[in-house]
Amino acid sequence: MKYALYPGCTVLGRGRNYEMAAREVAKAFGIEFVELDDFECCGFPVKSVNYETFMMMGARNIFAAEEKGLDICTLCSACTGSLTEVNKHLIEHFDEKTRIIARLKRNGINYRMGRDITIKHFTKILYEDIGVSEIEEQIEKKLSNLNIAAHYGCHYLKPTDIYDNPEDPENPHSLDELIMVTGANSVDYNEKMRCCGAGVLAISEDLAYSIVRPKLQELSKNSVDAMVLHCPFCSVMYDDNQKKIEQKFEEKYNLPVLYYPQLLGLALGIDAKLLGLRMNRVSTRAFLEKVGI
Amino acid sequence: MEKLSPKFKYEVAQEPGGEDIKLCFACGICTASCPIREIDEGYNPRRIIRMVLLGMKQRVLSSDFIWFCSSCYACTERCPQGVRFTDVMNAIKNLAVKQGYIPASFTQQIDILKRFGRLYEIDEFDNKKRVGFGLPRVEKAKGFTNKIMVLTELDEIILRNNEK
Ligand code: SF4
Ligand code: SF4
Ligand code: SF4
Repeated sequence: MKYALYPGCTVLGRGRNYEMAAREVAKAFGIEFVELDDFECCGFPVKSVNYETFMMMGARNIFAAEEKGLDICTLCSACTGSLTEVNKHLIEHFDEKTRIIARLKRNGINYRMGRDITIKHFTKILYEDIGVSEIEEQIEKKLSNLNIAAHYGCHYLKPTDIYDNPEDPENPHSLDELIMVTGANSVDYNEKMRCCGAGVLAISEDLAYSIVRPKLQELSKNSVDAMVLHCPFCSVMYDDNQKKIEQKFEEKYNLPVLYYPQLLGLALGIDAKLLGLRMNRVSTRAFLEKVGI
Repeated sequence: MEKLSPKFKYEVAQEPGGEDIKLCFACGICTASCPIREIDEGYNPRRIIRMVLLGMKQRVLSSDFIWFCSSCYACTERCPQGVRFTDVMNAIKNLAVKQGYIPASFTQQIDILKRFGRLYEIDEFDNKKRVGFGLPRVEKAKGFTNKIMVLTELDEIILRNNEK
């Protein structure tokens, strides 16, 4: 199994732990990642500014992989949503695809057209391509006694009509199943589907932090050992900014936030250091002790 | 009072994603689903649609609240009329930018993207760290992003705004 890895800017800039864990887990399942030097920003940050620029930026990244005959594996849910939306549009509007390729060419950016490619979030690759039962066979260390809160995030699920095998956005299950296969318990909670607020962070920190708060409040009151997510934007909100939010509301949450491949990696018996678990902002020490590391 | 622009709804409908706005029958499900609305009563998707349909162009395009949408798609998934409100908001923001309204944080991000092709610069120091952690080096961006911004005239739009 081979994918071009599209880490995305936020993972490269702020999610080294995620990238390390994802690469380790991929290796364990024989998923080969190819690095493409042509990848730049997916276009998400300019979508609300100019749709045409967004479309061209996404398309160019897609063409870079298409030319090499590679499907794309994403780590960031925002990249996943953006690239999937553009890719679907290109596949459904061949005339426009040809026009964009020609326009890029006139401006000195050359790509050869290849077969249509697929964009897939790493979690979906684990869930659909590898599958829960195959993963189960490779579990070395059952993470029993752990209560984990899954955070799906919006763009991993929505808008449902751009995705190939959409889940019910109000009642999804892929991440829960992937958590349970590690032996941990995936808890049900009221605030499970709440948006992380990252989309408004650049406009209003107050507003963004107010969106984050109810989830942190609920989870810290219950005996949850960690939140597990799979998007660097969500992680910035819950992990990087957790201290700030504690200060702002004069509350204490102390909730470890892990990327899913970090959790799975532990269950596969991969060294915590290789999974970047020392780089998470909220200390994972107590959590790792409970796991027995 | 603002002079109304009856054609505003057509302008929004012409932007990608804005097509379905006229199907709205004002049920308010979008507003009830919106996580931003829950925190800030001043943000109200249904009302924004009414304002667009009524032609309150300047009021909408110059308002701060159009930038509050977090693009969570909750409204889009639940709308019984198939209005893609998240995309409608996007269409409105695209129009606002063309009129010269763009939050400073966006201009800053665009500037970074033009220079580095990514939201964060990955320099030699970062690459040393990456290699230390067993990660492959990340090469400097080749300037594609900047080129695309120039050829889609995003540059000019931003420059024009800065002059204002
Ligand atoms: S969504 Fe964000 S992190 Fe992902 S590539 Fe685009 S801009 Fe970068
Ligand atoms: S949910 Fe749809 S139909 Fe109802 S008010 Fe919102 S946009 Fe209009
Ligand atoms: S996409 Fe925007 S308007 Fe719609 S529910 Fe989410 S925040 Fe509200």
